[in-house]
Amino acid sequence: MKALQRMALRLALSAAALAATGCASITPVRPWEKGILAKPEMTFEGDTLDLMFTEHILASREGAAGGTGAGGGGCGCY
Amino acid sequence: MRHSVFTLALASVICASSLAIEVGQSAPEIQLPGRTGAIKLSELKGKAVYLDFWASWCGPCKQSFPWMNEMQAKYGAKGLQVLAVNLDQKPEDAANFLQQTKADFLIALDPTGQSAQKYNVKGMPSSLLIGRDGKVTMVHTGFHAASKAELERAIVAALEAGK
Repeated sequence: MKALQRMALRLALSAAALAATGCASITPVRPWEKGILAKPEMTFEGDTLDLMFTEHILASREGAAGGTGAGGGGCGCY
Repeated sequence: MRHSVFTLALASVICASSLAIEVGQSAPEIQLPGRTGAIKLSELKGKAVYLDFWASWCGPCKQSFPWMNEMQAKYGAKGLQVLAVNLDQKPEDAANFLQQTKADFLIALDPTGQSAQKYNVKGMPSSLLIGRDGKVTMVHTGFHAASKAELERAIVAALEAGK
């Protein structure tokens, strides 16, 4: 019976530890693996002309400009 | 005994982290194919090495190439060796880039990224300066026109240090 209890405790501990690590065991995309993300078509707005038009509308109607015009995609280069 | 094994297993699950390279540490070995032959970092001992991690898709990396050419030309005779490790996953991307961009220094090719993993590269481009004694003297991420002077100063210091 005692052995069973100990086993249960260990199982609970393991489960808690695994839950605590969460998604940490899944390795995120590393800086040197972003070749595909860096492609221009990976931007939210793929078409430059269309982006300029949208920006213009936003700037004149809302008085807000900028924030969308970063070059490249998700390269994350420094 | 069984208890300690259990604890160890738990600990290894929790701390699956990698450590960054720090100034003063000896530079981990790099052994990779180059454009003309194999490249081994330890064979460059006695020289100050400017180690750069780059990829063809990275804009700032491309901007750093003329500067690296300049540094190699200016300080090569004094004992500087620029070593740029390419991390493109497709080798043909690196080949195309090198056809268009002049690179008068050593290029190593690492499509699997094993060296970047060893050096725990945090961003692209990343560069390290390794002194003549094989110890890291500078760690730098990114490349801007504004940081050129600072990087050059570090190179000069590294060249002076091991004389």
